[in-house]
Amino acid sequence: MTDVDVIVVGGGPAGSCAAITAARAGLDVVLIERGPFPGSKNMYGGVVYPRILDGLIPNWWEEAPVQRWVTRRSTMLLTPTQALTVDFRSQAWGAPPYNGATAYRPDWDHWLAGHAEAAGAQLITSTVVTGLLRAPSGAVTGVRTDRPDGDLTAKVVIACDGVNSFLAKEAGLYEHTDAKHFTLGVKETLALPKEVIDERFAVRDNHGVDIEILGGTGGVNGGGFLYTNLETLAIGVVLKLTKLGAQKARPEEIIAGLKRHPAIAPLVQDGELKEYSAHVIPEAGLTMMPKMIADGLLVAGDAAALCLAAGIWLEGVNFAMASGMYAGEAAAEAVRAGDLTAVGLAGYQRRLSDTFVLKDHRRLKRAPELVLSDRVQHLYPQMIANVAERMFRVDNPDPKPGLRRILAQERKRAGVRRRDLARDGWIGFRSFG
Amino acid sequence: MSDTARGGMLEPHAWGGLSFQERMATAEFRIHHTPHIVVDGRVCADCSTRECVVACPAALFVPTAEGGIVFNHEQCFECGTCYLVCNREGAITWSYPEGGHGVVFRRT
Ligand SMILES: Cc1cc2nc3c(=O)[nH]c(=O)nc-3n(C[C@H](O)[C@H](O)[C@H](O)COP(=O)(O)OP(=O)(O)OC[C@H]3O[C@@H](n4cnc5c(N)ncnc54)[C@H](O)[C@@H]3O)c2cc1C
Ligand code: SF4
Ligand code: SF4
Repeated sequence: MTDVDVIVVGGGPAGSCAAITAARAGLDVVLIERGPFPGSKNMYGGVVYPRILDGLIPNWWEEAPVQRWVTRRSTMLLTPTQALTVDFRSQAWGAPPYNGATAYRPDWDHWLAGHAEAAGAQLITSTVVTGLLRAPSGAVTGVRTDRPDGDLTAKVVIACDGVNSFLAKEAGLYEHTDAKHFTLGVKETLALPKEVIDERFAVRDNHGVDIEILGGTGGVNGGGFLYTNLETLAIGVVLKLTKLGAQKARPEEIIAGLKRHPAIAPLVQDGELKEYSAHVIPEAGLTMMPKMIADGLLVAGDAAALCLAAGIWLEGVNFAMASGMYAGEAAAEAVRAGDLTAVGLAGYQRRLSDTFVLKDHRRLKRAPELVLSDRVQHLYPQMIANVAERMFRVDNPDPKPGLRRILAQERKRAGVRRRDLARDGWIGFRSFG
Repeated sequence: MSDTARGGMLEPHAWGGLSFQERMATAEFRIHHTPHIVVDGRVCADCSTRECVVACPAALFVPTAEGGIVFNHEQCFECGTCYLVCNREGAITWSYPEGGHGVVFRRT
């Protein structure tokens, strides 16, 4: 006899969704979170894509702790003195079922965990899971915690313990972890009056903006972001770990540099720092994904490197919510069938493979590496910005040059080889096209 | 800890007048007396890369005049950057603070 049917480790979006589906299937579920409340340890850039909740929490938009609905999405390319922006706006995204929403993670995760409790899961906070309990066969049979007499046994353990997942590592599911597969995200939350934000970002009511930025990270490979909450802005950078240490630029200095950029400074000016925060992102997608199933164990969310971080896409919360959901369902299936081995739990893999979770990762398999490559980071932005500058510059009495000539000249000036450009273009087309 | 003690590279002007201490004071830390991260200065002594010093977003790794590293766990984001960038076996022993302690990001 085990203490409970399912132990879910981690009260982030993956963990709470796992607890919801497992508890709704009638299982006895415990959800363990090391922070004082779910969400207390968690930060991110700021936009959630919650459509995966349609089936789980009908009309979730009526109750979710949303700051603003994203109706404007921009991708910005920065060089030290230039900015090229592609800006898209859709009023459709400001009405149900919506598209993206800015939200604070302590609010969001706390809200989702509330649904897990409502479904019948027992939430235990301020408790660290320190290791796995194993049968002589190696099968996972429960967890150790930092509470006195803190061992707890279960039929299935679902590890949703985030990017550092010591549980997946302890279970031997990661072959190795390599710094080159991770980025560091640092963020500033800046307070500004709502009217000022509305005016600067040209939005009204509870509509908001999501800006993804390439360039502007002070020579360290990575990217930037700027999101609008109701009365704050979230500005931050995502930095490739292996480049950060080597470049000798500190993270907060790189944010400061971004905030000083002529295209960004007027947007963030006078914002008062409310919170500085940091977290690591699993950046390499399929390249780094561990095995996600072992006897008695499932791994979901960032713990399984399921975050999709491919340049203009930074989606992790939706992948975490979905994989958690599927893990809870698969655990229930295995318990019902009385087969707790990896074979009995295989429904998890099937669900991941059949849905966007692994399909998006497969499609964008080469995108993270491409977007963080030296050419895309250091050569192309300058080349593209120069092309734009010459397109729009009026050089009278010289006549307008043709686009083809500008392209050829700027490619040469930026030191980009035609062969590399063609290859990168092809990878990009295959990934994003 | 003063800003100069943090390596002397953290001039306040770099981020609009805010000192690094003021920056860190915006996040809440429920400090536990037992360090959850332990750095073995003997291993650091002959480390030439020192990537932890630059990469730690909380600037908790401080080089000393004698060529060592001083580490204080109190204002740690628990992000994992340090053990990922450090490539010296045994330099960093990394775990989470006791349940309920450490960094707390606020609800609105
Ligand atoms: C700077 C940055 C910007 C990002 N921007 C976005 C964005 O805009 N949109 C988006 O969708 N995604 C974004 N992401 C990614 C997203 O944050 C993650 O993919 C997502 O949080 C993963 O959810 P999770 O539940 O798997 O893990 P987490 O959210 O990390 O949750 C893990 C939980 O487990 C708990 N835990 C860990 N270990 C233990 C233990 N041993 N015992 C008990 N509890 C434990 C933690 O306290 C935590 O609550 C961003 C990430 C970063 C860092
Ligand atoms: S912690 Fe690692 S990277 Fe930092 S000084 Fe010590 S050995 Fe070097
Ligand atoms: S976990 Fe992050 S904040 Fe804490 S010491 Fe390491 S790098 Fe610094």
